[in-house]
Amino acid sequence: MAKTKDLDLMESGAKVRIGATDMVVRGVGYFLTTFYALACIFPFLIILASSFTSESYIRVHGVQLIPHEFTLKAYEMVTKSGLIWKSYALTIIMTMVGTGVGLAIIAMTGYALQRKDFPFRNAISFYIYFTSLFSAGLAPYYLMMTKTYRLKDSYFAVLLPLMMSPWLIILMKNFVKQIPHEITESGKIDGAGDMTIFVRLVLPMLKPALATIGLFLALGYWNEWYQSSLFLSSKVDVKPLQYMLYEIVNKTQALKNSVAGQYVSLTDIPTETVKMANAMLATGPIVLLYPFVQKYFIGGITVGAVKG
Amino acid sequence: MGNSKNTNSVTPRKKRGFFENVVKYRTLILMCIPAIVFFFMFSYMPLPGIWVAFVKYNYGKGIFGSKFIGLQNFEFLASSGKLLTLTKNTILYNLAFILLGNFLAIVMAILLNEMQAKLFKKVAQTMMFLPYFISQVLVGVLVFNLLNYDTGFINGILEAFGLEKWQPYADPNVWPVLLVVIYLWQQTGYNSVVYFAAICGIDAEIIEASKVDGANAFQRIRYIILPSLKPTIIILLLFALGGIVKGNFGLFYNIIGTNSLLYDTTDIIETFVYRATMTDFNFSTASAVGLYQSIVGFVIVMVVNGVIKKIDPEYSLF
Repeated sequence: MAKTKDLDLMESGAKVRIGATDMVVRGVGYFLTTFYALACIFPFLIILASSFTSESYIRVHGVQLIPHEFTLKAYEMVTKSGLIWKSYALTIIMTMVGTGVGLAIIAMTGYALQRKDFPFRNAISFYIYFTSLFSAGLAPYYLMMTKTYRLKDSYFAVLLPLMMSPWLIILMKNFVKQIPHEITESGKIDGAGDMTIFVRLVLPMLKPALATIGLFLALGYWNEWYQSSLFLSSKVDVKPLQYMLYEIVNKTQALKNSVAGQYVSLTDIPTETVKMANAMLATGPIVLLYPFVQKYFIGGITVGAVKG
Repeated sequence: MGNSKNTNSVTPRKKRGFFENVVKYRTLILMCIPAIVFFFMFSYMPLPGIWVAFVKYNYGKGIFGSKFIGLQNFEFLASSGKLLTLTKNTILYNLAFILLGNFLAIVMAILLNEMQAKLFKKVAQTMMFLPYFISQVLVGVLVFNLLNYDTGFINGILEAFGLEKWQPYADPNVWPVLLVVIYLWQQTGYNSVVYFAAICGIDAEIIEASKVDGANAFQRIRYIILPSLKPTIIILLLFALGGIVKGNFGLFYNIIGTNSLLYDTTDIIETFVYRATMTDFNFSTASAVGLYQSIVGFVIVMVVNGVIKKIDPEYSLF
């Protein structure tokens, strides 16, 4: 749709004379868009440049847009203990397992709830949707997780709660709606069971939905710091990447602990640049990957947004 | 269809009993079981724990063994003015986020639509999307490195020009503006996608015809694009208003954190509840505030849904 329209506009632009007002609107558009787009990447460039700058230079002159006194010391400090690679491994495993299991459950549920003949669809839909209308709040949740389930300091306290959300199930339902009803009907006529119909006939047509929802889940796991801050105490050495970054940024103590065993005198610690190198390493994969996957997010926003 | 009608002709669908349905649709039920268990475990199980808001919590005795004190936790919060401050902060920030956020998103979508250079549009959109993909922790790091007193980028520039340095982390009055700017920075690219899609959905022939008739860009935006966006704008605003008492915890906590100098203007319900739970272990107070928030939020969603139902039943939540 969007493509054909763009073409039409371009052709018409050649035919119809472009007035002064249009030129002004376009000029303002280019200016504002350029300004905002640059503002979006500007803070990253500062951190990136400063992570390669010597700590002493930053102490005197502040963070810079261009590296001065180029050094890799901050990155050496961050990677020396090897803790960050363990954190990488943990985050990647959690992201893969959580996204895989979550996606399977969301797809099954979305399909079942979309079947018009399923008599319990409204009851189950409401049961799931209600959780986003009314929640117990943080304190009862925290007490349940730590006292009833005993998940304090367990990775499951981070892995499980992020697996699905009412919003993602509704999004999946909206995607399934776009698949012709006749697919399921034809499967039934051929005598296939519901599971066979779902796996063989429906799933292959859900590929864009799986990509979109899988990416939302994966982004949630990669950027997770909240559940970790609730449930992972200092007894746990290896933390998810973003929470590791959180601790390094917010608690100098955490940094001192992580290098204490390595005969580094504390005055040598390039605190500010270490924070920035950590930030770059924790974010790098996302920044490199997102330009290739953003179209799936755009698909998800447009399918999910209006029909919340 | 005809086939299934034949096999079911003896017992029409409506008259089938509950247990017959369970047997007939056992596979579909099984497909929903993991999700049902999940929401039971993580969303319904904590509900009885709301009781902690009505007791003087004792860790050893547990929620239901602690002494019942009625509404005392609520009374303390209300009489100290804490509840009012938190509610005011949460709602005012959200109002600014919603109104300015949607306004900027619409402006951005319209401007993008007016531009002709394809590559420019693509690159700009990709850059504008970046802040949405990063964690709130990193947003906190980015903001800190721009604003902090010792090494911040802005203070570096002020110093270079011989000007007095700026100390935002000690000045509560600047944060309402700063937090709104940071929110807009992070969300506008993402928010504009919905509006951009809605503009792309406008019949190209109408726009074409307006051009042939000599309408300029302003007239086109004023008389075609904005009226076409009106339903989308109203629905999105109403949805957003439904969540007006839910604060953006990640944003506030990663930027303000535990800097108590700034609490007057930056403490929202979520940050207060988090500190009460995780720092003070004051579960009863935390739960009282949380319950208050849940109930007010629930009522607002119900009202908003009623309004949406009147405007366009198609879009209502339930």
